[in-house]
Amino acid sequence: MNLLEVRNLRKSYGALKVTDDLDLSVEEGELHAIIGPNGAGKSTLIAQLSGQATSDGGSVRFDGTEMMGRPMHRRVRVGMSRSFQITSILPGFTALENVASAVQARSGSSFRFFSPVAEERDLNDQALAALDRVGIADRAFFNAGSLSHGEKRQLELAIALATRPRLLLLDEPLAGTSGAEADRLIQVMRGLKGDVTLVLIEHDMDAVFALADRVSVLVYGRIIATGTPDRIRDDPQVRAAYLGEEEGT
Amino acid sequence: MRLIPTRAWAATILFTAFAVLPFLAVALDDSYLVVIASRILCYAIAALALDLILGYGGMVSFGHAAYLGIGAYAVAILSRAGITDLGLHMLAAIAAAAVFALVTGAISLRTRGIYFIMITLAFAQMAYFFFVSLSAYGGDDGVTLNARSTLFGQTILEDDTALYYAVLVLLIGLYLLAVAITRSRFGRVLTGARENPVRMQAIGFSPFRYQLTAFVISGCMTAIAGVMLANQTSYVSPAFMNWHRSGELVVMVVFGGIGNLLGAVAGATIALLLEEWLAVLTKHWPLLFGLILVLVVLYSRDGLSGLFRRRR
Amino acid sequence: MTNLFLLQLLNGMQFGILLFLIAAGLTLVFGIMDFVNLAHGVIYMIGAYLAVTFAQMTGSYGLGLLLTLPATLLIGLVLELLVFRKLYDRPHLDQVLATFGLVMILTEAVEIIWGAAPLSVRMPDLLSGSVPLVGPMRYPVFRLVVIGAGLVTAAGLWLVITRTRIGMRLRAGATNRAMVSALGVDIRKLFTIIFAFGAMLAGFAGAMVAPILTVDPGMGESVLILAFVVIVIGGIGSVKGAFAGALLVGLVDTLGRSFGPIILRAVMEPSSAAQAGRVLAPMLVYILMAAILAARPAGLFGART
Repeated sequence: MNLLEVRNLRKSYGALKVTDDLDLSVEEGELHAIIGPNGAGKSTLIAQLSGQATSDGGSVRFDGTEMMGRPMHRRVRVGMSRSFQITSILPGFTALENVASAVQARSGSSFRFFSPVAEERDLNDQALAALDRVGIADRAFFNAGSLSHGEKRQLELAIALATRPRLLLLDEPLAGTSGAEADRLIQVMRGLKGDVTLVLIEHDMDAVFALADRVSVLVYGRIIATGTPDRIRDDPQVRAAYLGEEEGT
Repeated sequence: MRLIPTRAWAATILFTAFAVLPFLAVALDDSYLVVIASRILCYAIAALALDLILGYGGMVSFGHAAYLGIGAYAVAILSRAGITDLGLHMLAAIAAAAVFALVTGAISLRTRGIYFIMITLAFAQMAYFFFVSLSAYGGDDGVTLNARSTLFGQTILEDDTALYYAVLVLLIGLYLLAVAITRSRFGRVLTGARENPVRMQAIGFSPFRYQLTAFVISGCMTAIAGVMLANQTSYVSPAFMNWHRSGELVVMVVFGGIGNLLGAVAGATIALLLEEWLAVLTKHWPLLFGLILVLVVLYSRDGLSGLFRRRR
Repeated sequence: MTNLFLLQLLNGMQFGILLFLIAAGLTLVFGIMDFVNLAHGVIYMIGAYLAVTFAQMTGSYGLGLLLTLPATLLIGLVLELLVFRKLYDRPHLDQVLATFGLVMILTEAVEIIWGAAPLSVRMPDLLSGSVPLVGPMRYPVFRLVVIGAGLVTAAGLWLVITRTRIGMRLRAGATNRAMVSALGVDIRKLFTIIFAFGAMLAGFAGAMVAPILTVDPGMGESVLILAFVVIVIGGIGSVKGAFAGALLVGLVDTLGRSFGPIILRAVMEPSSAAQAGRVLAPMLVYILMAAILAARPAGLFGART
């Protein structure tokens, strides 16, 4: 059964159709990459799927349940999490507090006013584990704002993981990272395969073709092809619409 | 990790100083000292409450004087009805403030930035006009209270020093409560929503509910300050909720350094002492006060909030 | 009853026009510069005082009014150069504090110069009469002139904003701040002009009402907050919204005060109706604001929250 089932998803800004009757199916457990030229509507799609942006119409079913009209925070609570292309962290919090906040969101009420949250062992332990998983456990007590760009990308992923998603929407997790940092993040994503269903938007084609089980190609708000990496690489339509253009630039 | 141990020390010193102040007043034979200090403590409670949402929640409420007024009128209205107990006055004030904060907060919090500032200001003005039109309670002129609230049926608060200590106990209690809130799960969500609301949504929180709850808590705390202020002045009028008063509360919070609670207490002290001192110099003291305010905001690099920011 | 309604309708319009003149400059400043200015009401108040003084000096209210315009323009210019300019990049909290400080300074300065007692200025004889309305009712000519002058100003503003290049860019920038940098003009100079111009409009409003209201240091404050309500209702940055909001607020406030108790009498006893009317009427515009915000958080013509 498909974990995520998107049908006829639409969104336009005025006359511009950013998402144009888009269909997409993501199977449970797969890493599904979405590629496409700049301006194809990839980030808008993630925003629509995660509930950050509203859609004009269509259907987004997660595990059989309709998500349309649900705000982002309620989608997160049923297991749909996302990361941001432009790093979105809590800069005044420590790295640990960033991740512990995400753990807190899914474990018990946050309408607790009296006991100090910093002393909740359970939150901190889980947060530390997530930081360890992305490789920045040694930065736990640093202010998130003071981390390097690559470390912030790792933190971003750790926060998303800490929400314990069943489906993780990753919006260019490698954006702006150095070779070593990217390798680390690719390792983490590879480790996640099987545990978590992943939708990955990425410009780094090597990473995409190395990681993905299936690839969908998004052009002008529509999916023009879906298939295994090998098939996508050889698809003449894709080459014409996208890869060819990429070589040309 | 942060300034908690140092702040605990500073709080101990500051509150101890306030606790021994009446003895100093006796020694100096200056009874006015206790009166002005009581006023400072009342405003300190209000500034503390405002700092909770301004400093930690990032909500610049420019209408917090409304809650001072609601608290003060709770005393006036219940006293007229023959109910004199301080506890009941507080309960009524808290209940009324909670309702007002819940309704106006729910509307204001749908917006942010400039909108939020203007809307909180407008709602406070609405409350102001409501009490101006209450002719039974003197309208514009307000009412003089015949007696202060009673405590367990006793009239001990008639004594200025007793009232002073009552306010001090309340302040310390509310300070500790506010510190606990900011360090709790709730406080973390509140602060996180100030830092990055979208991030908080992306981990599963709806900031609105937490911000609104904080707004209501802050309003209720400010109403308590209003109850004590009415007792302190034995006089209640719409001037309690004049928008200038709201502005002064914001000034107090910023003078003391936003987002550290104890700073609000210090800020209320600084602002009111400055006011007292300038008022001795000239009857046109607002001119000087305004001038100081403008200059400090303009010529400290990050504004007042930078000038007084505690080293973390 | 109909006559009274017509009379109050005109009064409401006159009040609304006045609010528009104050809110127009303010909404542009809010929208384009994302700047909170609490000192705008003080400029209106100063405009009224200057009109009184200039009228006394020249012996003519009309001349006094004309002199007030460049004077308030100059005040706006000076304030922008000395204070506001330094605050554009600051957090809203700093802007609120600094302009709040300015309110204290200017209000006190006015009290020092003119005293705290209310002043008044005689309106010109030519405009002091009244014209017949329906039946025996008459309406003061001066108030009609205020309405007329306000409408002309509004029309002028509308022409500038919809028909000139700079106006169109301004409008784009005011409703969408990202457009400001694309304005393609010297932004600092533009900001200064908008500020000074907004101050002049507020001064104009103050000067116009000087003959029909008492001129006192507190006159700017209630008007400032009502102007905020107007802007919130109309949508930040929208001059059209300010116009609609101002008329709405002016009419609701004026009609509510005179007809609220009458309408309430239909559902309750006369004495309690009068009481409830007195309490509710001043709150009406704020309730209106709340209702509009609940339905449209960005205001009637606003593009953003």
